[in-house]
Amino acid sequence: MANRLMISTGNEEFLERISEMSGQIITLCEQCGVCSGSCPMVSEMDITPSQMMRMVQLGQSEVLRAKTIWLCASCFTCTVRCPRGLDLSKVAEALRQVILRQAVDHIDIKALPRDELVELPQIALVAGMRKFTG
Amino acid sequence: MRIGVYVCHCGGNISDTVDVQAVASFAENQPDVVLVRDYSHMCSEVGQKMIWDGITDHKLDRVVIAACSPQFHENTFMATVEKAGLSPYVLEIANIREQCAWPHFDLPEAATEKAKDLVGMSIAKARLDEALAKRTMPIGKRVLVVGGGIAGIQASLDLADAGFKVYLVEKEPTIGGKMAKLSRTFPTEDCAACILSPKMADVPANPNIELLTFTEIEEITGYLGNYEVTVVKKPRYVDTEKCTACGKCTEVCPVVVPNEYEEGLTSRKAIYLPSPIAVPHSFILDDQACLGLFPMACERCSEVCEPNAINYDDTPERVKFTVDTIIVATGFDIFDARGKKVYGIEHSRNVITALDMERLIVHASEGKPLRPIGKRIAFIQCVGSRDEQVGNEHCSRICCMYATKLSQLLKRSDPSRDVYVFYTDLRAYGKGFEEYYKRAQRTGVKFIRGRVAEVNSSSSDGKVTLKVEDTLTRQIIEADFDLVVLSVGLLPGEGTKQIARILKLAESPDGFLQEAHPKFRPVDTLADGVFICGCAQGPKDIPDTVAQASAASSRAIRLMNKGEYDIAPVIAFVHDDLCNGCGECIGHCPFGALVLTQTASVNEAVCRGCGSCISSCPTDALDLHCYTNEQLLAVVRASMDSKQEGEIRILVFADDQTTYRLADNVGTGKLSYSSQTRIIRVPSGARVTPKLMLQAFELGADGIFIGESEEKSSPYPHSVATIKKNVAAVRDALSKRNIEPERIRYAEFVTVMLGAFVNQLNGLCDFARSCGPISADQRRGLAHDQVELKQ
Amino acid sequence: MEPDIHKFPYYPGCTLKTTARNFEVSALACAKKLGIELVELPRWNCCGTVFSLTDDDLIHHVAAVRNLIRVQEMNRDGMVEENRLVTLCSMCFNTLKRVNLLVKENPENLEKINNFMYLEDDYEGNVEVIHFLELLRELDPGAISQRVERPLTGLRVAPYYGCLMLRPREVGIDDPEEPTIQGAILAAVGAEVIYNSYMKVCCGSYQTVNDKSAVARLVYDILSHAQADGAQAIVTSCPLCAYNLDSRQKEVREIYPDFEQIPVFYFTQLMAVAFGFGADLCGFDPNQLVPEHLLK
Ligand SMILES: Cc1cc2nc3c(=O)[nH]c(=O)nc-3n(C[C@H](O)[C@H](O)[C@H](O)COP(=O)(O)OP(=O)(O)OC[C@H]3O[C@@H](n4cnc5c(N)ncnc54)[C@H](O)[C@@H]3O)c2cc1C
Ligand code: SF4
Ligand code: SF4
Ligand code: SF4
Ligand code: SF4
Ligand code: SF4
Repeated sequence: MANRLMISTGNEEFLERISEMSGQIITLCEQCGVCSGSCPMVSEMDITPSQMMRMVQLGQSEVLRAKTIWLCASCFTCTVRCPRGLDLSKVAEALRQVILRQAVDHIDIKALPRDELVELPQIALVAGMRKFTG
Repeated sequence: MRIGVYVCHCGGNISDTVDVQAVASFAENQPDVVLVRDYSHMCSEVGQKMIWDGITDHKLDRVVIAACSPQFHENTFMATVEKAGLSPYVLEIANIREQCAWPHFDLPEAATEKAKDLVGMSIAKARLDEALAKRTMPIGKRVLVVGGGIAGIQASLDLADAGFKVYLVEKEPTIGGKMAKLSRTFPTEDCAACILSPKMADVPANPNIELLTFTEIEEITGYLGNYEVTVVKKPRYVDTEKCTACGKCTEVCPVVVPNEYEEGLTSRKAIYLPSPIAVPHSFILDDQACLGLFPMACERCSEVCEPNAINYDDTPERVKFTVDTIIVATGFDIFDARGKKVYGIEHSRNVITALDMERLIVHASEGKPLRPIGKRIAFIQCVGSRDEQVGNEHCSRICCMYATKLSQLLKRSDPSRDVYVFYTDLRAYGKGFEEYYKRAQRTGVKFIRGRVAEVNSSSSDGKVTLKVEDTLTRQIIEADFDLVVLSVGLLPGEGTKQIARILKLAESPDGFLQEAHPKFRPVDTLADGVFICGCAQGPKDIPDTVAQASAASSRAIRLMNKGEYDIAPVIAFVHDDLCNGCGECIGHCPFGALVLTQTASVNEAVCRGCGSCISSCPTDALDLHCYTNEQLLAVVRASMDSKQEGEIRILVFADDQTTYRLADNVGTGKLSYSSQTRIIRVPSGARVTPKLMLQAFELGADGIFIGESEEKSSPYPHSVATIKKNVAAVRDALSKRNIEPERIRYAEFVTVMLGAFVNQLNGLCDFARSCGPISADQRRGLAHDQVELKQ
Repeated sequence: MEPDIHKFPYYPGCTLKTTARNFEVSALACAKKLGIELVELPRWNCCGTVFSLTDDDLIHHVAAVRNLIRVQEMNRDGMVEENRLVTLCSMCFNTLKRVNLLVKENPENLEKINNFMYLEDDYEGNVEVIHFLELLRELDPGAISQRVERPLTGLRVAPYYGCLMLRPREVGIDDPEEPTIQGAILAAVGAEVIYNSYMKVCCGSYQTVNDKSAVARLVYDILSHAQADGAQAIVTSCPLCAYNLDSRQKEVREIYPDFEQIPVFYFTQLMAVAFGFGADLCGFDPNQLVPEHLLK
């Protein structure tokens, strides 16, 4: 059986929180799919970027469990293409921050193999820490 | 003097908030009022009859109606008053619905007080109303139609058939516009050229139409009934009368250039026939492409031209004529797909526009394909429309349907083709459109919901690859096609922008020409006697274009048919006894209506009644009918009647065009603003002289607000400048008396700026309240303070 | 003839001082040859590497602003007379420029940040952040080609742009969909420039820390399309892109055994070769794959 989606005003809170953190009027997303078609990471993702926007629009906080929010590479390809002028990378960041601010890290940098740590450019490590840890 | 006052309940709309009885008894106690009535619907036949009876039985000579905004029933009431034998200009309307009952619905007492004031103000004004006659102006039967697309053709034929003289000006060498390039037309699939060419042929055949092709408008000056038009006929070098279109010149011409009629898909010679269905059906010489005219370099064409139609010495010719009305039918341009780089039209010949596809289909169906179309074809929708990345927010309305058309024509002509349409939303809003969409689906065209993210082309095999999300299944599609068709959107063309500049027409945010009212005046503009139709006004299909063209011509006929037209007697006049002939005012009329002989006088045909000039007269000799100095002063005085000790009073001078209607819209929206405001209708904020403002302060105003139409869409040029100047002068005078100069404010509006209006008014009220009322000492004698108008 | 020297404040960033030191060497040398002296900011600190994308988070912009204050100080102290801060790394460039724009557009935010760093001078908002490529674009046409001693004739290179110097639009230094800025410079030093739309596709960026295989797949897409169009080398302007495109070729080969390796250069390395500099100034890394003839 298909899933049944409950839509009610109770879900507004999540939408409002993410809208505020990201500074984006998420209800403007017209679900055109340009972001998904543009995204370099989409083949690794469990939900597409447009689907991520849809779930936030409908206040479905399950979106926080999606791999997608961690896979967004902040490449801004969708940002320069969205016909509604939305910045999806900011929405993904807001979703990550909801988790990271609860002091739940997404990765453990210390667990990386030593030779990797030596070889990786600093900007990769710092950026990784900024994006994946609180 | 016998004034009658009628108070309307508006079936509860007014009476639920405003105490109608209290307003009526207030009116009864006013001097000169001999009759007061209240009724549920004054606009009904019964209500009109009451007015009629009042005038005939009670010998009223002034009528005040307290009801809804004058924009709704003023004309009806004026007609009633006129039929009963009075001048229609002895009628005043107190707008107690939009200005009292609705915005102050939560404060019934304040709303009632304000309603009394408004009635008192109307009585004061009515007392001084002049029994003016309706004015008429003579008007002829000549029309300029700009643009010879289907819109301009239809309008010209309608007008000419009705007996009007038409000058049809087209900048291209042939009429027909975009429609002449189309294959078939949705949803009926008639052949576009077949249905259009008979109409095109009717144009030069009609004796009432003077067709000026390859001609540009240079200048238009004047006004309704007297527009003076200057056009430049560009040299064709081929005499359209003599040319028999034999085509011998083309055969010998050595120059080959891209053919614009074919969207550059084929080539033409320097001397050529603009299109197979060109009207006038004559060749033209392209002097940019020709090997050389100064000095002559080739001359081969004239050698073979038997009727001697070619004249290498042709020059641009300037022609002037006068018309009474103007119809603008300048159409659209398609979005330049090079502006959407992700779709790579510059990098592959297998990415084309829909207009290219129209031409390919025309040639293919004639059995002379211009190029292979291939088996796998994709349409990309919304290219250049609904896209903030290219700065166009609007939907172009027709591209969904033309793609539905082109895709199924392709599929039907070769069912083995795979034809896909990638869309954002499929908009099949018109008559027969949904059925036509279904037909395409039945034919086997596949519609996929997703806006294409990018198009990549391979230089080796010419295949083009699309990337897009099927948003209904959330799958990412990456697929190869032989041909990708961009469904480009519609934009106001350069020609439309040019005519907008020449005629000072307003543009809506999407850049298309702005109609005077989106609901009730859809083909009028704010310029008297100038009408718009077709895609110049906004994207639309052919049936809508033709309907608008006919509408525009009938609106023009409505003005011209009687040979004269009514104008409101709101025009400037000079109190001869006060004018000392100094000539100060002359330069202050933006229309040049003021002339100086012994004293100043007003050219009534030219004056548009803005009142801008009034403040320029140092001796107060200038005045304006319907809004005289005396009347406005009386209105201001009456507006202070109910003012209590310690209360503040804010006067709002609202221009008729915009601010007054905006206030109505605010009322209709039940948006509340301070009830201490009193709105006074003026033709333009520029009518409010410094003297009047000082008088208002002396009489008790604590703040003055002037609202004016946004400069861009104002019917009166320079009115904003006049307001600024007047306000600055009064601010200086106030400062000298230690009165806060910010008590006077002004703003420019359009009729939809509801929030801004409320904020401005409340802001001024809050400010005045925080400063407190102006003391009697400070007010005394203010009206006699000197003001200095700075340029 | 040696040109007059113009001094610019220069922000190196962490990576160019460590794993990508060789890029800096070539850049400084090429700049000098063109009359540009890049004067390193005294006491610079990490810029934060990524611009914080949430609206309620000012603290992460502090680091970038502190560097901008250094530029102010350099001007005050007469070290430079130039308020344009040059960067070599696209990531630093993007972060510094975005923060700079943000504080310039929001005076309240700037005030908060200034108050937070009460021990420092206030940042006055007069600095402009640019990428070294923009400086090169400004030079007279011919300024670069005049100095070429060994034109890279016959070398087919694909300039890779990546994300952060193109996007978002307000910080991008070129058309985000059809950039040409690097290609023009490579053409000026005699190389044959190959361009396809993959040259602006993300390399996976910092995902390289967490998801090597995802990055490898992106890198494969980018490199194989360049190879299909005949490229013999890839050129970048960002040390992280360079790392992903180069070092992750190992992982690419694990997924796509047929993949053939392709050298990756920082753009100033190829400029240095063309200017006739020795191997030391070209900054070739021992691990870097370099075609034989370029080393001569
Ligand atoms: C690809 C495509 C397919 C279409 N298919 C269909 C269809 O199947 N069915 C349908 O109903 N509609 C269709 N349309 C829409 C149709 O083309 C328009 O509705 C119609 O052309 C509008 O006519 P118009 O006269 O307003 O404008 P235009 O056709 O643009 O004509 C304007 C004319 O004014 C002239 N002009 C402009 N500026 C000036 C100036 N300053 N001075 C003098 N002359 C000037 C121009 O040269 C032009 O001749 C299609 C449109 C496109 C782009
Ligand atoms: S591109 Fe923009 S409008 Fe389209 S689906 Fe993505 S976020 Fe929504
Ligand atoms: S910013 Fe994130 S979601 Fe957008 S295209 Fe890049 S990786 Fe995908
Ligand atoms: S004179 Fe000009 S138009 Fe005539 S044949 Fe020669 S090139 Fe063609
Ligand atoms: S008509 Fe259809 S294709 Fe055209 S802009 Fe509107 S939605 Fe897009
Ligand atoms: S300024 Fe206005 S009111 Fe005065 S004469 Fe001119 S058009 Fe008439």
